[in-house]
Amino acid sequence: MYLTKEEERMLDGEYGHAVKKSMEILSALGDIYGAEKLIKVGSVQIAGVSYHNLGDAGLEYLNGLAKDGRVRVITTLNPAGMDLENWRNLGISEEFAKKQNLVIEAFRKMGIIVSCTCTPYLIGNLPRYREHIAWAESSAVTFANSVIGAMTNREGGPSALAAAFIGKTPLYGLHLEKNRIPDVHVEVNTELKKFSDWGALGYCIGKNANNRISYITGIKEASMEELKSFCASVVTYGSKPLFYIKGITPGFEKYETPKEKITVTEEDIKKAYDEINDDTDTIEFVFIGCPHSSIKEISQIAEKLKGKKISSKVEFWVATPRPIKQLSDDRGYTKIIEDAGGKFACDTCVAVAPLKGRFKSLATTSAKACYYSRGHNLMKTKLGSLEQCIDAGVTGKWE
Amino acid sequence: MKGRIIFKGEVKGEALVTSQPISFYGGVDPESGVLVEKGHELEGKNLKGKILVFPNGKGSTVGSYGIYRMKKNNVAPVGMINKECETIVAVGAIISEIPCVDKIDILQIKTGDTIEIKNNLVNIKK
Repeated sequence: MYLTKEEERMLDGEYGHAVKKSMEILSALGDIYGAEKLIKVGSVQIAGVSYHNLGDAGLEYLNGLAKDGRVRVITTLNPAGMDLENWRNLGISEEFAKKQNLVIEAFRKMGIIVSCTCTPYLIGNLPRYREHIAWAESSAVTFANSVIGAMTNREGGPSALAAAFIGKTPLYGLHLEKNRIPDVHVEVNTELKKFSDWGALGYCIGKNANNRISYITGIKEASMEELKSFCASVVTYGSKPLFYIKGITPGFEKYETPKEKITVTEEDIKKAYDEINDDTDTIEFVFIGCPHSSIKEISQIAEKLKGKKISSKVEFWVATPRPIKQLSDDRGYTKIIEDAGGKFACDTCVAVAPLKGRFKSLATTSAKACYYSRGHNLMKTKLGSLEQCIDAGVTGKWE
Repeated sequence: MKGRIIFKGEVKGEALVTSQPISFYGGVDPESGVLVEKGHELEGKNLKGKILVFPNGKGSTVGSYGIYRMKKNNVAPVGMINKECETIVAVGAIISEIPCVDKIDILQIKTGDTIEIKNNLVNIKK
């Protein structure tokens, strides 16, 4: 990959340790993927924030970079392993909280905005159509590429940090128009009736299209929240962080319908539920907000929870970015949810909090949350509508 | 054999070879260095001190930190040889400073061979 004179000096260490390490990472990735040069990015989203995933070694690595590393572009953070203010109420240990706070301090020192959300686009890190960005967090990467039409590869924690310290990323993969052409036509031959059907659809398309870019037809309507949920699911069960939905997402007009066709039927959606859902009658944990809830979703939860009481045997968490919780506080939604026995979990999520062994079963509206709770945290999972999840919270049972 | 440098360095050790990709998040225990993925060819094998020979990484990008955790716990491979390196392993090798070479015909190497990595060169001593 071609490096400018200044970039060469960065690689030689003239700008310090963090910049040198970052240029090593970017130039190696550029060489591996045949990038011609580095290009400027408009923003960065960092993953790898939970102490649960980083451990002491990861913390030490971040502290090393924080000594002289300062971000050059707007940089936001993925969820941490706990609510940074209300962690005690969520049952997080003192020891974990101490370590998690050290991780956050290291990021803060680097000049990063401590947003701790997987939906940075809901709280001000919003790229424009065709803007180059370097984002980690697969659901946000998929949303940025597909729903907004920005351009980013699926970065990991360290490569996103490297892009933040340099303000650039190698020009390869989804930064090039030629790699954004859809490969497979997915015809959705069924009506999506409830919110969680979008997660089930993501499962079907992710599994079948896997590493190919799908061009989806047959969908007439989609809310931002439904698309957000679909993004999380399609990239969890598949791997390509880009799709098009005809008539809904930007850029679809530029392409012809691909010849190869996959059809998704009502039967496929039903099968997806069968595969995502485990065999369990009792529910110990309800989690809403994967990806983090919008203010509209919070209002729906409050409306449906009003006057109900969550069972004392169930933990009921609502995850959302902290600025959205402030709107919820003002509107009175927070009080309704908390009066019913629900808890707010800002800054964190079910995939990165230290939950292994705490709950045996989960009810959620998110297909992605099922994947991580099952795999890493050994819970039995149920995917369903918000109404079903609230009922499970009230009764402790999955009907 | 001549490959491409991912992270340069010189190291000698015993080869541990697999034809299957490795996940360094969930697939390997960062405390012990043991590969724990169920059904993997190397399940139960310790990667510590080995020249690890595998086609490429797979799974979550958090795997780069997994490699770094192994290094800090002194249970990491001393070198890595790939068929085609990708982001997870490349970043893991660079932040952990583990010599790593790719674009190597890994089928030429057998577990137990003594391997020498010298920057982009890989020598096999049977």
